[in-house]
Amino acid sequence: MDFLPTLWFILIAVLWVGYLFLEGFDLGVGMLMKTFARDEKERRVLLNTVGPVWDGNEVWLLTAGGATFAAFPFWYASLFSALYLPLVFVLLALIFRAVAFEYRGKVHSDTWRKVWDWAIALGSLVAAFGIGAMLALTTTGLPLNANGDRVGGPFAWFSWYAVLGGLAVVGFALIHAAAFVALKTDGDIRHRARRLVGRWMPVGLLPLALWAILVALQHGKWFSWILIAVAVVAAVTSWLANRSDREGWSFLAMGVFLLSGAAAIFSAVYPVVLPSTLDPLWNLTVENASSSSYTLGLMSIVAAVGVPLVLAYQAWTYWVFRQRISVDSLPAPVDFAAAVGAKEKVEAMGGKA
Amino acid sequence: MDALDIARWQFGIVTVYHFLMVPLTIGLGTLVAILQTRWHQTGKEEYLRMTKFWGKLFLINFIMGVATGIVQEFQFGMAWSEYSRFVGDVFGAPLAMEALLAFFVESTFLGLWIFGWKKLPAKVHLACLWIAVAGSIVSAYFILVANSWMQHPVGVEMINGRPQMVDAWAVFTNNTAIVAFFHTITGALAVAGGFLLGIAWYQLWRRRKDGIDTVDATGKVIVGESATIPGRDKKDHAVWIKSLRIGAVVAMIAFAGTTISGDVQAKLMFEQQPMKMAAAEAACHDGTGFSILSIGDVGSRDCSDVVAVMEIPGLLSFLASGDFTTEVRGVNTLVPEYQERFGTHLSDDPMYGSRAGQEINYVPIMAVTYWGFRMMIGFGGLAAMAAGVALWLTRKGTVPRSKGLMRLALIGILAPFGANAAGWIFTEMGRQPFVVAPNPAMSGIDQVFMFTASAVSPGVSAGEMIFSLVALTSVYAVLLVVEVKLLTKYVRGGVVSAMPELDQTQPRKDDGGTSPGGEGDDDVLAFAY
Ligand code: HDD
Ligand code: HEM
Ligand code: HEM
Repeated sequence: MDFLPTLWFILIAVLWVGYLFLEGFDLGVGMLMKTFARDEKERRVLLNTVGPVWDGNEVWLLTAGGATFAAFPFWYASLFSALYLPLVFVLLALIFRAVAFEYRGKVHSDTWRKVWDWAIALGSLVAAFGIGAMLALTTTGLPLNANGDRVGGPFAWFSWYAVLGGLAVVGFALIHAAAFVALKTDGDIRHRARRLVGRWMPVGLLPLALWAILVALQHGKWFSWILIAVAVVAAVTSWLANRSDREGWSFLAMGVFLLSGAAAIFSAVYPVVLPSTLDPLWNLTVENASSSSYTLGLMSIVAAVGVPLVLAYQAWTYWVFRQRISVDSLPAPVDFAAAVGAKEKVEAMGGKA
Repeated sequence: MDALDIARWQFGIVTVYHFLMVPLTIGLGTLVAILQTRWHQTGKEEYLRMTKFWGKLFLINFIMGVATGIVQEFQFGMAWSEYSRFVGDVFGAPLAMEALLAFFVESTFLGLWIFGWKKLPAKVHLACLWIAVAGSIVSAYFILVANSWMQHPVGVEMINGRPQMVDAWAVFTNNTAIVAFFHTITGALAVAGGFLLGIAWYQLWRRRKDGIDTVDATGKVIVGESATIPGRDKKDHAVWIKSLRIGAVVAMIAFAGTTISGDVQAKLMFEQQPMKMAAAEAACHDGTGFSILSIGDVGSRDCSDVVAVMEIPGLLSFLASGDFTTEVRGVNTLVPEYQERFGTHLSDDPMYGSRAGQEINYVPIMAVTYWGFRMMIGFGGLAAMAAGVALWLTRKGTVPRSKGLMRLALIGILAPFGANAAGWIFTEMGRQPFVVAPNPAMSGIDQVFMFTASAVSPGVSAGEMIFSLVALTSVYAVLLVVEVKLLTKYVRGGVVSAMPELDQTQPRKDDGGTSPGGEGDDDVLAFAY
């Protein structure tokens, strides 16, 4: 009876985990642009570790959103409209970030690059925080009326859970990104990234663990605690692997931490997909928020074909670009101003070549 | 303005903006893939140069399509939550499929193409681009399925007050969607054709102005070479004249394609949304003539003083049904029909908010539909004609030295963009006051329609909407300026801007290997950030 909605609840949770696992590190790399990279060369190394893949990673977000719309239109409608303002900021952040990746290297002036560096760093930070807040609120609830609409004004969604969720994703993204950079680069930058993981991992992962524990305390089932225990073990493993220079294992264990942490959270709240803090009768659940079984069946077939395909070719992409990058492997920045006629030269450089 | 009006402005603005990038992505992507294929087939360097140059412009534009597309995906839930709840069962599916089956393909394989120039075997590298382009075309199909369902809802039954999908085949083969797909793809190719044509014209003109190319007594080009300006060699001329010809031919064929598909669309529209057809014509009374010019207040919505001063008898009937005599029903006939079926006033349902009980106006804003329709055809036709003229003027191998003509060629790039935007505005606004337009026959699937007034998010305040409208619009405006500036910069730079290895005056360590997929790991990132 409830098989298909449950399946889709799991699938959407998987999409979110996939999103956080993949875009997690490119959001984190974005934030590291301003805090970790020391000079232009290092910033370019960071950018190029995620260059070929960040857009593909972002599609996990679009798919999670689209799948929620298709499978649970009421969840999609209530959650997105209730969080109208924070999502506007997330959208602006994602817009700036995307454009910055592509445009940053296209004009050679320090100001230009500096502006886009800020766009990448702040864009990544705001997007990570906002999405974390949204995910936390979908597990802890929003003031929704019987129709599923937010009551109480534009800021009624605010709660400390939102802050916790925001910090959880920001913290995870930063540590995850450092582990990724350690895995993908060579030279000084690799060692510094490893040190960063070693030193800051406990702080970075704490909010996510806390969120899982809070949700488990409220709605937890016995296996929630097992999953949380697995998550903690994974985090410790990741830390130890990092200390013994096993970057690959460290990165993977971080993934296990995320997966089990998220599984603990989502399974604890099931079958509620979006609680109403006003009246539990108005909770959105897998049952009352879902599409018809015809639509879910159709989408299941599509997902059965599509998801393995996506996993296969995205894995292939990571294989193609498996090589480590270092400051020495970067070609000189492209400067073609000399190629342009004498007068245009000045204009092409923005008027002050 | 209440929340509804603001939400509508916002949707219109961000969507039309998104659709500035979309047709260029689809059209130019296809052309770049063809160019790279030609390079592999012929080994001629000019095709490599064309691939790199147009590829660069393609990427600068592509990213803006991605950035603005994210807004599109989210805004249904944010601003149109009642709509999302009502249609979610059918409408969400194509959207989710678009992400899963198209966006992943597009973004992943484009990443492989950008960064894979020297890492992938040549054939695989080319295949990546083709796959990415196919992804963008598939994405167009899915989103048009979703959009066409709003124009012509099929494959559903009303269950518990909501349309539920009962026939996926009907939804995904909706005749409205199939025709709109061809129309949109050909419209996109028209954009890309005009883009190639205008920019190539400018480059040929520059070569003449700089005295590199000259003409002999018969007007035939004498291709020259510049010793001082890097990249201005003989092959450079071949790059631009080929681009120009390809662009012009594509533009003309694409226009023919839009005409044919547009004609089929008009016939469907006549069946499915008679009011839109009447409004497109500002046709108040039944008739057969196609108006060339109507005077009076076309913008009025009560039809009292619109007079057609010039008509082509029979043409309207031909557009609508393929003969010259069928009377096309005018607004004055249609309004009572609509009122009888859907009521004269919105109900008192609280979901209509302050609009509950208001009178319903079934006539779309005729100034928009009337002129939107004409601008679409006009701009499109103008661009195609210009392409013909351009082919003629360049038959001897280069462009005239006239600066005015060069300017015109550059401005002409905008015409197909204008036609696309006008087409969308016409289609979407002609559907009002419905967001899901009812099927006229109402056979089988009764009651599947939705008024725009009830689609907006009830929980979101006008203040929030104003904030997002202002924020998005201003960010979009700034980014448009940045994009156009960057495009201009790279256009000015010419091929060298995308292939710095052509510039012999600058020392560099890579040899810029021109063989497809040459090895060389020290240059992993040549095309990168
Ligand atoms: C006819 C084609 C067409 C139409 C009508 C639309 N789009 Fe679009 N969209 C595309 C064709 C396209 C594309 C060609 O596939 C783009 C442009 C650039 C790109 O990356 O893909 C794209 C990008 C794009 C993206 C970013 C994909 C990525 O990150 O790779 C999203 C989320 C959307 N679109 C969503 C929408 C929605 C929800 C629309 C309706 C309101 C919409 N688009 C109208
Ligand atoms: C799946 C694709 C699309 C969907 C679901 C869709 C849906 C909508 C919705 C919900 C509205 C707001 C209600 C209204 O005012 O009509 C709207 C309005 C509008 N849309 Fe679309 N649309 C789609 C594609 C497009 C595209 C690609 C364009 C053009 C580039 C476009 C142009 C417009 C315009 C100009 C309006 C404003 C009309 C008005 O305010 O009356 N739409 N559309
Ligand atoms: C003689 C030529 C043309 C005819 C007869 C024509 C006809 C039409 C019609 C009837 C519609 C409305 C469909 C509906 O509401 O269901 C439409 C929409 C549209 N047209 Fe055209 N058109 C022509 C040329 C063009 C050109 C040259 C372009 C662009 C370069 C263009 C772009 C569009 C777009 C983007 C839409 C909205 C999307 C869609 O419904 O597919 N059209 N056209």
